[in-house]
Amino acid sequence: MRTIPADIAERFEVGPLVEKRADLSTLDVDSKDVPELLARLRDRHGYRHLSFATATDLFEEGVFVLTYMLHNHEERHSLGVKCRIGRENATMESCHLLWEQMWTYQREMKELFGIDFPGSPRVDESFVLEGWIDIPPMRREFDTREYSERTFPTRPGRSTKDPATHMKEKLYPEAL
Amino acid sequence: MFEGVKGFFPPPYDPKEPVDFSSGKFLKMWQGPQHPGITGNMSLELAIAGDIVYDCKTHVGYLHRGFEKLMERRLWMQNFPLVCRIAVPEPDFNEYCYAQAIEELAGVEVPEKAKWLRNLTLEMIRLASYLMWIGGQAGAFGHGTIIQWSATMRDYVLDLFEELSGGRIYHMYIIPGGVRSDLPEGWTAHALEVMETIEKNLDDIELVMFHNAVFKMRAKGLGVIPKDWIDRYGITGPNARAAGFRRDLRKDQPYLVYDKLDFDYVTAEGSDAYDRALVRLGEMYQAIDLIRQMLARMPSGGEFKTALPNPLHWKIPAGETYVKSECTRGEYGFYVVSDGSDKPRRVVVRGPSYTHAVSVMETLVKGQNIADVAGLMVSLHTYPPEIER
Repeated sequence: MRTIPADIAERFEVGPLVEKRADLSTLDVDSKDVPELLARLRDRHGYRHLSFATATDLFEEGVFVLTYMLHNHEERHSLGVKCRIGRENATMESCHLLWEQMWTYQREMKELFGIDFPGSPRVDESFVLEGWIDIPPMRREFDTREYSERTFPTRPGRSTKDPATHMKEKLYPEAL
Repeated sequence: MFEGVKGFFPPPYDPKEPVDFSSGKFLKMWQGPQHPGITGNMSLELAIAGDIVYDCKTHVGYLHRGFEKLMERRLWMQNFPLVCRIAVPEPDFNEYCYAQAIEELAGVEVPEKAKWLRNLTLEMIRLASYLMWIGGQAGAFGHGTIIQWSATMRDYVLDLFEELSGGRIYHMYIIPGGVRSDLPEGWTAHALEVMETIEKNLDDIELVMFHNAVFKMRAKGLGVIPKDWIDRYGITGPNARAAGFRRDLRKDQPYLVYDKLDFDYVTAEGSDAYDRALVRLGEMYQAIDLIRQMLARMPSGGEFKTALPNPLHWKIPAGETYVKSECTRGEYGFYVVSDGSDKPRRVVVRGPSYTHAVSVMETLVKGQNIADVAGLMVSLHTYPPEIER
């Protein structure tokens, strides 16, 4: 059974360590503590590998849950650090100085969820959706079908016919 | 004596020199999305002076189909035809990770036979994917013949998949609770025959490619990834093993039946394009060996799937998990969140190309010759669809 390291429990207000599997746990933390906690986990507790960073939209509760998945190669253990931020004017402190690939995840979260990371390199550049002007598409309120119908109106198309009827019309028009 | 026109030729590469297009020294050049040296649909926006690359920006999105968004609007089982399409050359890792995540959240136990069959398909697709890669890697350095051989060998593996699942590219063989079918009659003998053919062909490829002076001269020393980059950039798979790191999820956190198989890490020390190719070649031989081991040790009888609830009304208990596996490029994972309904709340696909093709590529390519960009890119082995999901 894993426990929260003493220095982490002393310095930060963290939730319980939830063990999902023997090699996977999650830890809830206040959003303001995330950069310092990640740095401490990386430098003092061996969680040197960042697997990914992402957001989950809890539309009903008005929050985004940000997840930073870290991995400790020596202990062969993954730890998901989770924090909640408000959906309105969502902003989170940038952690791009901790891992070289972090800015890409932050750039993606800005584009797909509208979460801002002030100071993160190229955070305002489009990543996947060049020229996108609608609301960030990974937000729950974004309706893909409505967007598609609004943006790409249905063309009338050509009338299709049953081949037998078509040939009858073509060959024996007088019979119809 | 003529001393040349001063300033006509670009000065030697200076990494600190800022790229200023108004100076007339630099040229913006796009490599891709339509370019033989680009792996899949992506492009590199290069700033070059003479033949030297000064800056690079990776552009993705040409193949964006919104997989993660689509999955939030479909039933758990309806996502199966979707997930395999995230990585065309290796659909089975997506199938495995997604199925395993659902099983974990729903508490479904998979029969032993199904684990062996799943493991077998993962190694088969590893071999097929590497065969595709080695043709691209050789082609990037001017070897047109290798791809003719390796594409044929890959087709033989796809034949096996077709016999097993009915599909050549997308198999949809791994499903929650197990796999769709047992091995057909006579399949094992055919598979062993194919493995022998591929092994002989790999010997030829090794001789022609890895002992070729041109390939050696161009690949050795190209795109050296320093050891301290591995954790800083989140590099995994053969790119990390070629730098001497003994890291492989199949050994470190064994899943399926990897703990019952005999194999070791394939590593190298040079960390350049040549050593990365050597590691992948070693893992191709290793995949053949693992397939043989599995065919010999797999239980002959037993159930290959568990009965599941009606997939149209299947609600997965609320929770979250992160399931990962070792694909040909490194750590491939699915982070799945369920809110207890009949559709996933969030599915995140973690592909190794996300790191390798963007932050690593953009940094590594600086100072390289424009002619080596394609070779370097293929040596990092990236697939854009897993970046833009």
